[in-house]
Amino acid sequence: MKTDYKALKELPDDSDYITWAQDFSADAENVLIQLLQKDHFMIKDLPFLLSKEASHYLERMAVLAKGLTQQYHGNVMHVYVPLYLSNYCVNHCVYCGFNASNSIERKTLSLKEIEEEVVALSSQGHRDILLLTGEDPNEVPLSYLLDAVALVKQYFATVGIEIYPLGFDEYAKLVSAGVSHLALYQECYDRELYKQLHPKGPKSNYDFRLRAPEEAAKAGMAAINIGTLLGLRDWRKEIISGAHHLEYLQKKYPEVEYSYSFPRIRQYQGKIFQGQFVDDRDFVQAILALRLIFPHIGLSLSTRESASLRDHLIGLGITRMSAGSKTSVGGYVKNMKEDQDNSQFAISDHRDLSEISKLLENKGVQPVYKNWEVSV
Amino acid sequence: MLNDLFSLGNRKFTSRLMTGSGKYYMDAIIPKVIDASECEILTVALRRVDFDLPGQNILSHVPEHIQLLPNTSGARSADEAIHLARLSRSMGCGNWIKIEVIRDSKYLLPDNYETLKASEFLVKEDFVVLPYITPDLSTARALESCGAAAVMPLGSPIGSNKGLQTRDMIQILISEIEIPVIVDAGIGKPSDACVAMEMGASACLINTAIATASDPVTMARAFSRAIKAGREAFLAGMGPKSNFARPSSPLTGFLHENRL
Repeated sequence: MKTDYKALKELPDDSDYITWAQDFSADAENVLIQLLQKDHFMIKDLPFLLSKEASHYLERMAVLAKGLTQQYHGNVMHVYVPLYLSNYCVNHCVYCGFNASNSIERKTLSLKEIEEEVVALSSQGHRDILLLTGEDPNEVPLSYLLDAVALVKQYFATVGIEIYPLGFDEYAKLVSAGVSHLALYQECYDRELYKQLHPKGPKSNYDFRLRAPEEAAKAGMAAINIGTLLGLRDWRKEIISGAHHLEYLQKKYPEVEYSYSFPRIRQYQGKIFQGQFVDDRDFVQAILALRLIFPHIGLSLSTRESASLRDHLIGLGITRMSAGSKTSVGGYVKNMKEDQDNSQFAISDHRDLSEISKLLENKGVQPVYKNWEVSV
Repeated sequence: MLNDLFSLGNRKFTSRLMTGSGKYYMDAIIPKVIDASECEILTVALRRVDFDLPGQNILSHVPEHIQLLPNTSGARSADEAIHLARLSRSMGCGNWIKIEVIRDSKYLLPDNYETLKASEFLVKEDFVVLPYITPDLSTARALESCGAAAVMPLGSPIGSNKGLQTRDMIQILISEIEIPVIVDAGIGKPSDACVAMEMGASACLINTAIATASDPVTMARAFSRAIKAGREAFLAGMGPKSNFARPSSPLTGFLHENRL
């Protein structure tokens, strides 16, 4: 395959943001009032929508975001469930519970255990599953993943993966095995900070990770979900870089369905990473701004967020939610309590699928469990 | 109007409003929408149908008298559309298929080339093929000659509610193509649908504008009436347009001339 990473290497950093931040505030009110009259936004509008000044216009942005979400996606919410296959990891991400130097109980599910988990989940009504692992190619090689996908496919209509980045050939094999969705977050778009946050292990290779979604797109992945881990760096800069990453992929691989995630740093194993705090107001502004710029993409919200915040965000831009999640390996069958076990991070919304479904219905939103049919 | 039946595939219908089943806040409202719209043809995205849960999936909300029109939403190539069509028939959804092949997730514009390939193939497998296309005369002619049951040009991008942005192109299809021209996608309000029918479209397919209305049932009824009005106007034969005023009592009528 011909590889053209030139554009990705030039992914806009925060220089635009710095330029406008200096001379925008004087006339911010007029600029924003005019901007928010529009019904169609461009990526160049993003810094304005993310500005501190725009945080005074969240209500107006919410009205627009709600309308666009309804128009493009309808009154529905796609519901999925994550399944952690393994927490072995050779990386040293300073913010993560799976960090190789953390002494947690490590486990990789056997195929039999995976089957027990998926039987339990599918009987709850789940039809869309996201398989997750840490990064340890010896413990979780591609052959294991292919076997796992083949097994899970028998119970689930949609199988996604959120695993370590791979190359074209590996993605092509996973697509053939039945994987249609890839979730891969850059975590942090700033190269310098990325190096500090990921000091050792294969994940320290920034470019390999950045390019992986493109390799997946070439390999025929139907849906790709990128994102940033909010709380590591100035969230405004991160969202701007992420939006440019998305724009790049979308122009080059328009056939792929894209979505964006906004995981916020959570407590893990009782520890809290000291990064840059992103409060609820900032978080909502990020979601609304991206919805206005990209009305057609999916926006995903995990159970990292509190039940009450998730309830309020239904209809405001979010189109995809996890439900009844456990972030520990083998957590569904054993019904383990997190924070005492081997989980990646603490979840915040503990409601099960039937509770989430009931909530959605009460809010006039239809939960959609299946939205994919394997092709060819 | 009583004899004005809509022939499509091997069937005849009285309603010229087709609807969809996506984007509703609950599937249980679909039968009420169908009642209010008097629609007889309903399209359903195969990607949403959970064939493992018969009786609980979206198909369980489709009344029996309705002609089911499964669609291949999500297909990115002719091969994928063909796969979905065969799956649909094997799962008991009949042999009608709306071909949607989309390789653009931003605007959701159909890929006419792949759509044509899938249509040619599926017609040979005895499907009643209704292809969703960007209005283009060459494609529509090719679809007509390969045996498609209709062509379904978009009025504007799907879900955009922008109305008949491709009006002139659709008019050309209506003039040149013998099989039914069904305006699909982009119709945002009943007056848009009325205009399409006045132009001579055979039918309209409306989903988003009904499904996302505050009151989908009332909106469905409004579309039904607009489509009937537009159809009647078309059949009645509308007077020609002119840049000049044409008095009802011509000023030169005493010369027994009617020309301006």
